[in-house]
Amino acid sequence: MSLTEFFSMGGYAFYVWGSYAVTALLMLIEVILVVRRRRTLLDRLGRIHGAAHGAWRDGAGNETQT
Amino acid sequence: MALNWFKYSSPASFYPLAGRLAPWFGVAAALLTLTGLYLGFFVAPTDYKQGEAYRIIFIHVPAAWMSMFIYLVMAFYAGLGLVFNTRLSAFMARALAPTGALFTFISLWTGALWGKPMWGAWWVWDARLTSELILLFLYLGFISLQAAIEDPRRAARASGLLALIGAVNVPIIYFSVQWWNTLHQGASISMSQGSAMAATMLTAMLVMTLAFWMYTIAVVLTRVRCEILERERHSEWVAEVASRETR
Repeated sequence: MSLTEFFSMGGYAFYVWGSYAVTALLMLIEVILVVRRRRTLLDRLGRIHGAAHGAWRDGAGNETQT
Repeated sequence: MALNWFKYSSPASFYPLAGRLAPWFGVAAALLTLTGLYLGFFVAPTDYKQGEAYRIIFIHVPAAWMSMFIYLVMAFYAGLGLVFNTRLSAFMARALAPTGALFTFISLWTGALWGKPMWGAWWVWDARLTSELILLFLYLGFISLQAAIEDPRRAARASGLLALIGAVNVPIIYFSVQWWNTLHQGASISMSQGSAMAATMLTAMLVMTLAFWMYTIAVVLTRVRCEILERERHSEWVAEVASRETR
């Protein structure tokens, strides 16, 4: 089976690849959205709690509890 | 799973557990997808009736199964939340809904792209297709109801009720091909008659189903961690997590 033959899917290329491409794209988008949601959330929480919780970094980057 | 359910029903102890498990499910999903695609495209033979077009089945059927199964799991968690008032179950129901809606859309989309060359129509109002479309609306209704009610506990109660009532639609989808005369073909696998497919086709389909399962668990565990952090953001343990994980 040649590569062209494989990609033509016996004349059903549009239907087969249209199904697989949209499925892959949507799943990829979902993963990106969830990962981004987590990053934004941790960012925000870090800003709120980082200051309130009293974790400070001194000049050398060491963490000291106040 | 031999877990201590009472311990892990607390969001604070479920959060790290979910974080440890999610990557493994992600890796399993990737490996199973590669295996499933290899089996589906290179091992499974061409269908004598439908030619290569039938290969859509390897995502269509698993996605349709997932759309129904995720709904039942979501309704189960929503019910648990309503009865026992456990916070984690409401978070789980919320975290499951978007992925369930995604698989419902995928099954409708791939169904349309399969229906066109085989039936000559993208869409028909047959019982199977219509009830699956209603499932999509149920997911979207659940998500919008959560978003529309500001108090999170009232939102969980109202949408939990919707999820439970909507669960009646799932057996309707499943049995629609038996109860009504549908254009959609009957079940590919049945309890009484076994499989109507070649063994390699069936294997590819089952591997893809497992892959979607692992994907769902990985995504939902990651999403439920976000839900937990958002809802418990004022608690001491979230403050600790925040300063630990964001440095």
